Amino acid sequence: MFDSPNGRIAMILFVVYLVLYSGFMLINVFAPAMMDETPLAGVNLAIWYGFLLIAAAIFLAFLYGALCRPSSEDRDNAKGGQQ
Amino acid sequence: MIYEPSVLATIVFFAFVGITLGLSFWLGRQAKSSQGYFAAHGQIPWFVNGVAFAGDYLSAASFLGICGMIAFYGYDGFLYSIGYLAGWIVALFIVAEPMKRLGKFTFADALNSQFDSPGIQIAAGISTLVVSVFYLIPQMVGAGALVTPLLGFDHWVGVVIVGATVMLIVVTAGMVSTTWVQFLKGSLLVFFSALMTIMLLSRGFSVENGGQDGHDFRTLGPYSPGQLAPGEMLENGNEQWTVVDSTKAWQDTDFVQLEQNGVVTVWHEVPTDDGQVRLTEAQSITETKSGETLINGLPKGKGEGQAVLHPTGYLSDLPGDQKETGAVGPLGFFSTLQQSTVIRWPKAFVFEEDSKTTVYYQKPTPGSQVLRPGEYPGFQGIRSERLIDKLNFLSLMLALFCGTASLPHILIRYYTVKDETAARKSTIVGISAIGFFYILSLYIGLGAMTSGALDVTNSNMAAPLLARSMAEWLFAAISAIAFTTVLGTVSGLILASAGAVTHDLVGRLSSHKMNDTEQVRLAKLSSMGVGVVAIILGIVFEKMNVSYLVGWAFSVAASANLPSLVMLLFWKGTTKEGIITALLVGMTSSLGWILLSEDTFTQVYGLSADQALVPFSQPGIVTIPLGFLTLIVVSLLTQPKKQEAA
Repeated sequence: MFDSPNGRIAMILFVVYLVLYSGFMLINVFAPAMMDETPLAGVNLAIWYGFLLIAAAIFLAFLYGALCRPSSEDRDNAKGGQQ
Repeated sequence: MIYEPSVLATIVFFAFVGITLGLSFWLGRQAKSSQGYFAAHGQIPWFVNGVAFAGDYLSAASFLGICGMIAFYGYDGFLYSIGYLAGWIVALFIVAEPMKRLGKFTFADALNSQFDSPGIQIAAGISTLVVSVFYLIPQMVGAGALVTPLLGFDHWVGVVIVGATVMLIVVTAGMVSTTWVQFLKGSLLVFFSALMTIMLLSRGFSVENGGQDGHDFRTLGPYSPGQLAPGEMLENGNEQWTVVDSTKAWQDTDFVQLEQNGVVTVWHEVPTDDGQVRLTEAQSITETKSGETLINGLPKGKGEGQAVLHPTGYLSDLPGDQKETGAVGPLGFFSTLQQSTVIRWPKAFVFEEDSKTTVYYQKPTPGSQVLRPGEYPGFQGIRSERLIDKLNFLSLMLALFCGTASLPHILIRYYTVKDETAARKSTIVGISAIGFFYILSLYIGLGAMTSGALDVTNSNMAAPLLARSMAEWLFAAISAIAFTTVLGTVSGLILASAGAVTHDLVGRLSSHKMNDTEQVRLAKLSSMGVGVVAIILGIVFEKMNVSYLVGWAFSVAASANLPSLVMLLFWKGTTKEGIITALLVGMTSSLGWILLSEDTFTQVYGLSADQALVPFSQPGIVTIPLGFLTLIVVSLLTQPKKQEAA
């Protein structure tokens, strides 16, 4: 599946998100006190990191959409080929 | 609590449901063939399908359960938002395009695309059915939670209404109408949630002594321990109470029973720094063996000499001794709460020979504690020193991450668009809508926590009650949308189950080759059967938080379905035997784990937590790897003898 250019992009972006998500889980489990810190605007790390994960998911999704090329099947469909 | 039905809310609600049903029937006329019934002929525009993804996904669990859990426990509910959205990354980057390329009607089609094995089709069909039923439970519980405050009906009536309406939708319609209903509902849900958040921010916070009904919760004392001996008189202003000579069951708790004018109420003992005790007013529900229910010492009801529970959810302190903040900004909302004190209402049980009393007591909690993970009983282990205590949290987060891309009603939506590009684009639209909603969920949940409108007995009602605390029309709109949310999600799940029964199970097991009309007829009959099962389970699981129940559905889906789906795409050595075994092992092990867990023992069987047979409640961290391991081992043992070209 990941022999195609789209598959490789998907894999890279997936790993980026996986690292972010794992970081969130590991901080919660091994350094939960860090989540109480308020690094910016009086808002704690737990909320900042949660929002970051949501924003990152949306950003990576759009990035993937922008970088992907149509698959061969889609090109066939666009030319009027049988689905 | 006892809810007064609202005329406006009822009219808006029925108008909304009527329009939904009308639209559903009108669009459903086109779905005569099985391709139309199950997959909308693959002709749904990608944007509509994307918003419909949000409609499917932002179910009762997301809207009612997450907001309710945040309202009761704070940040922990938001962990579900984070996990649910993260699951879409797996769906987008790994599952979306292959699902569209490999399948036709059901998830089993994709798994079976290389093998044409009846075993795979049947195992995947069973797994679809099990996951769908598990996911249906919280939706039905959510339906009951919505109808209760809206129409004043009992929980079970709400469940039956939803069940019957959905069966009507699914039997008369199909994927086309379900998709358009989900599109409409997804759009409205996000819009009204954003509106509610804006209203919340402009309302700001204020310091209160009680909820919206105007009852001020009292504090007595401080007293020395000797002053709380049985028969002692306590005074507060013009009021007098006598300390009750309670049974041993009460003496073993930190509650005191006080009698005033023949009515016994419960108070929570809070030690002060100088060794004395203050008493804060608690709320109680006593259920006797003779079937009587007492609320705060009086028979339940709104008449003379009767009582109902008071609504709660308020702040006792704001930063800088303010009494109210006025409008706050999106970040100021959190920073203000961070420095405030929230009065939460945990519960405790007192069992006597002929009665059981549930006591809800005030627990002043610093805002900084509410806004961090670890307050929900299931997640308190993350602050423990023992690794085993942390595993429940890790296990849930893993299941949420892996579960989305394994949910049958989400997977079948990839067949409603025309090609892989449309599948990808619709997933991106879905992620955007769902992500935006989940950010709002934190505001709505915390807003409900401080709304003065919380029902201490039911976390699932927090969001609709928050809306009611702001405006009747908002309550009407939110309830109607949330109700159609349930209708839409349940329709999708029942369709997925019907597809599994018709296409994967009966289609494979029966020697008779069904024509198109017979397939659609069987699907409709299956829908009825699944609907009835969902109604029964929705009534049985009434008191459980719906988001927690969904966590279980995700665990079963992730353990049963994801290993096969991922390994099929990544590993050429996957065999049909490996897939069948992994499906069955993943499903049975996760189900078995849940049935033997502490949560099920205490909340479903009514047994003690000590009797649970597994060390933590969420199975994913054990059963998802087990699914992968099973597939790899069985595939290695069943490799074809001859080397074949890949």
